[in-house]
Parts: sequence; structure tokens; C-alpha cells
Amino acid sequence: MPRTEFDRELRMLQEELLGVGSMVEKAIANSIEGLKQRDLELSRQVVQDDDVIDARRYEIEERCVSMIAKQQPLAIDLRTIIAILHIVGELERMGDYAEGIAKISIAMGDDPPLKPLIDIPRMADKASMMLRRSLEALVNRDIVAAQGIGVDDDEVDALYDQIYRELLTFMLEDPRTITRATYLLWVAHDLERIADRATNIAERVIYLVTGEHVEIQEFSVPSQ
Amino acid sequence: MQEQTIQRPPSLVTPPMPMAAPSDNAGVFDANVVLDVRGLNVSYGDFRAVKDTDLSIKSNKVTAFIGPSGCGKSTVLRCFNRMNDLIPSARVKGQIRFTDLDLYGSDVDPTEIRSRIGMVFQKPNPFPKSIYDNVAFGLRVNGYTGDYREAVERSLRRAALWDEVKDRLKNSALELSGGQQQRLCIARALAPEPEVLLMDEPASALDPISTLAIEELIKELVKDVSIVIVTHNMQQAARVSDETAFFMVDTDRAGYLVEFGKTSDIFTKPNDERTEAYITGRFS
Repeated sequence: MPRTEFDRELRMLQEELLGVGSMVEKAIANSIEGLKQRDLELSRQVVQDDDVIDARRYEIEERCVSMIAKQQPLAIDLRTIIAILHIVGELERMGDYAEGIAKISIAMGDDPPLKPLIDIPRMADKASMMLRRSLEALVNRDIVAAQGIGVDDDEVDALYDQIYRELLTFMLEDPRTITRATYLLWVAHDLERIADRATNIAERVIYLVTGEHVEIQEFSVPSQ
Repeated sequence: MQEQTIQRPPSLVTPPMPMAAPSDNAGVFDANVVLDVRGLNVSYGDFRAVKDTDLSIKSNKVTAFIGPSGCGKSTVLRCFNRMNDLIPSARVKGQIRFTDLDLYGSDVDPTEIRSRIGMVFQKPNPFPKSIYDNVAFGLRVNGYTGDYREAVERSLRRAALWDEVKDRLKNSALELSGGQQQRLCIARALAPEPEVLLMDEPASALDPISTLAIEELIKELVKDVSIVIVTHNMQQAARVSDETAFFMVDTDRAGYLVEFGKTSDIFTKPNDERTEAYITGRFS
């Protein structure tokens, strides 16, 4: 006996979640583009768009609550809704980090970046790729792919570590660079958090499929 | 109110005979297990209703039996207090241990068993007598010699009915609402102080408020009694039980146990895909 209507609602819920995922991905890309090109208009756009992401998050949350109340889902259905509920929260938070990067870009104003941006865009690409992969793992209910996200997160952490050391060197050599170096450090930190949230999404995918809570990897802090 | 315990007639039941080992843990008595079922097969004439069922009902827990119609869950429940004895064509094979007793041993008195393993049915079935007499009846058939008034009050209190009926104990039980009648039947089953209470869809004929009252009662009673409940309402099984057994019907129409485990696991991450399909409503 299929549950046509319920299944359709679940599919729609996932579609909408993926829609928020795309918006977040775009926000990350635009925040870095705005930073790199010193395009303050684009940065302001990222800040504005975050309101839409926030609103969509609560819409999806309401839908989840309503489905739990009306359909009383169990087993895989319940785990799917609970997973979506968590994932949408992770996405919204990732959007906030992108907004944070855009605000740093705005705060930098007409100051040129301390150094040409190479590792930061690379970090952003990796973090975006992790987001995409974690959502693909969700769509395919693929726990092997979900576990693979951990490797990407290690690479992002390594990049963060590298950026941190480099910026620290700048600051030690010339204290006048502290403000500008700190801006970039914040950006790197936001990207590191985005990658970490993508790992959380992958963990939720594993929960959805298996019912088990698995820590894909420990959060690693940059070495001092 | 003074505490009083029911005086059972000096053992109607002789100590259990040594038994052949039907399974690996036969002969090992687990104090946490009140009913231990091994290799249970039940037939009505040529029709096999339940096949090859093994399961252990834990003491002071609520165990729910769920599954589609005809899966044998009520049949297994009825085996626990030898209700199937009343059906001439019924044959029960395998072993059911009740604490340290072979439930189907030749020396076991089914009437004695039914006072130690009480039962409540789907439809409230009070006798057309007074509220008081309905509860006292349960005591009388068991040869109770203590203070009846106290025992009736104690049972009605345990069934969360006392406050509603204390001023009209002499009134007919049939004046009560459906939910009250069902709690009266629970009080009647509790009167001989059974160790196990079997409930066959105890709330399916009741309105939602009365249903919740029964569920609350189950939670309270399980502190003293082990409860086995058959229910078609999965949310009810999820709400009231500690452990859940899922039964299914085979192609030959025989019921069998598919999965048995902690309720929280069965309803969130069942191991068997047939359980998954059934509880998510995608059962064909």
C-alpha cells in the first residue's frame, strides 16, 4: 500500500531543502567574489539575500512540524523528517557565515586586501564542493559518499591552518597589518565553519539511512 | 486503608516437572522474564495460526504485539492464560514458561493461571451486576477470604476508577460510560492481584480521551504488573510499550514473529524491512 500523498510531501520537502542548499552555495560564491573583486554591491546583495534563506528555513521547519503532527511518521519517514529539520538549520547557519564574509568585505571598504587572495578562494571552493557533495549524498541516500566528506574537511582544515600561519607572520612582521590580516582571518574562519557544517549534513545523511549517530571526524583546531 | 494481600489457596499447582530442552536456554530461569515462549505453534484444526515463535516477555514492562489482521498476535496472547483451551479444535505446541512454571504442564490448573495472568478484552464486558459485584466476582472465584470492601476499593483505585464510582457502588455497571466500563473490567482483572495483565486491544472501542486514560493507567499499573497488549494502533504501541513484537502472516496464512525489540528502536530504526514497511504504512 503506497502512501502517495505523504511520499509526495516528503519529496517536495527535500526539493525545497535542496533549493535552500543552492541559495547557500550561491551566497558563498558571491561573498568570495565580492571580497576578491572588491565589489561592495555584490557583498551587500549577499547580506540582503540571507533574509530569504532565513525565511525559507523557517518555512521548511514549519512543514516538518506539521508533517510530524499530521502524519505521525515512523522509522525511515521519521528519520527523514528529523534529518531535514537538522540539515535546514545547518544550511541556514552556512548562509550566515557567507553573510559574515560579505560584511567583512563591506567593512574593508576601499582598503585593498592585505595580499592577493589565493588560498581563501580555494578554501571557499572546497567548502562549496563539500556542501554540494553532502546534499548529493542526501539525494542518493549514499552513506559512503557521506563518510567521504571527512577527507574534504581535513583539507579545508589544513588550508585554514596554512592561512592562519601566513597571516600571523604578516602581523608579527608589521603590526600595522593587524586589522587587514584579521579581516582575512575571519573570512578563513567562516569558511572553515561552513566546511564543518557540511560535515554535519553528511552525518545527518548517515543518521537518516542507518539510524545511527556517527561523528565523521573531530573538529580540529589550527595548531598554535 | 489497611494493606491486605490476597490469600491464594495453597498451591493448586505442583512444582514444575523437569522438561526436555526445546532451546538453548531452556532450564535457565531468568528472573527478569515472566513469560518465556519457545517454539510455539498453534493450530485450529488443520489450520496453523501461529508458527515457530520464540519470545521473552519481561517482568514489569509493557510489551506490545503489533501486526496486520490474522498475524496471530491475539492467538499468542490467548496462549498466555490458556484461553485457547476453551476452543476445542485448538492445539498448542512448544513451551511457555510462566516464571518457573511450564504453563502447559499437565499439572497446571488453567483457572489458577487465569487469576495470576488476568485478561482484558477489546469490548468492555462488565457483568449485568453492580459495580461492586463486578470487582468482587474476581475475588470470589478465587476463593478470597479477606475483607471484600477493602479489596474492591483497592482494585478500583488501582484502575483509577474509585473516585468516579465510590458513591454508587451498588449501581449497575452498565450505567457507566464505555471508558469507565473498561476500567471496571481492568479493576476486576486486577482484583486477584495477577502478576501479568493481558490486554487485547483494550482501547479500540473507546473514544480518544478514554483511550488516553487507559494508556495512563497502563503506565501506572506496570510498576506492579507485567503487561502484554495487542493493539492495531501503532501510535498507542509506541506510546505505552517498552518492547514491541511485530508479527506477520505467511503465504500459508500462518502468523509468525518478524522482529522483537525495544519499542524506541522498532519505531525509529527497525532491523527488518518488513517491519519498516508495516510501521511506515507501506505494507502490501
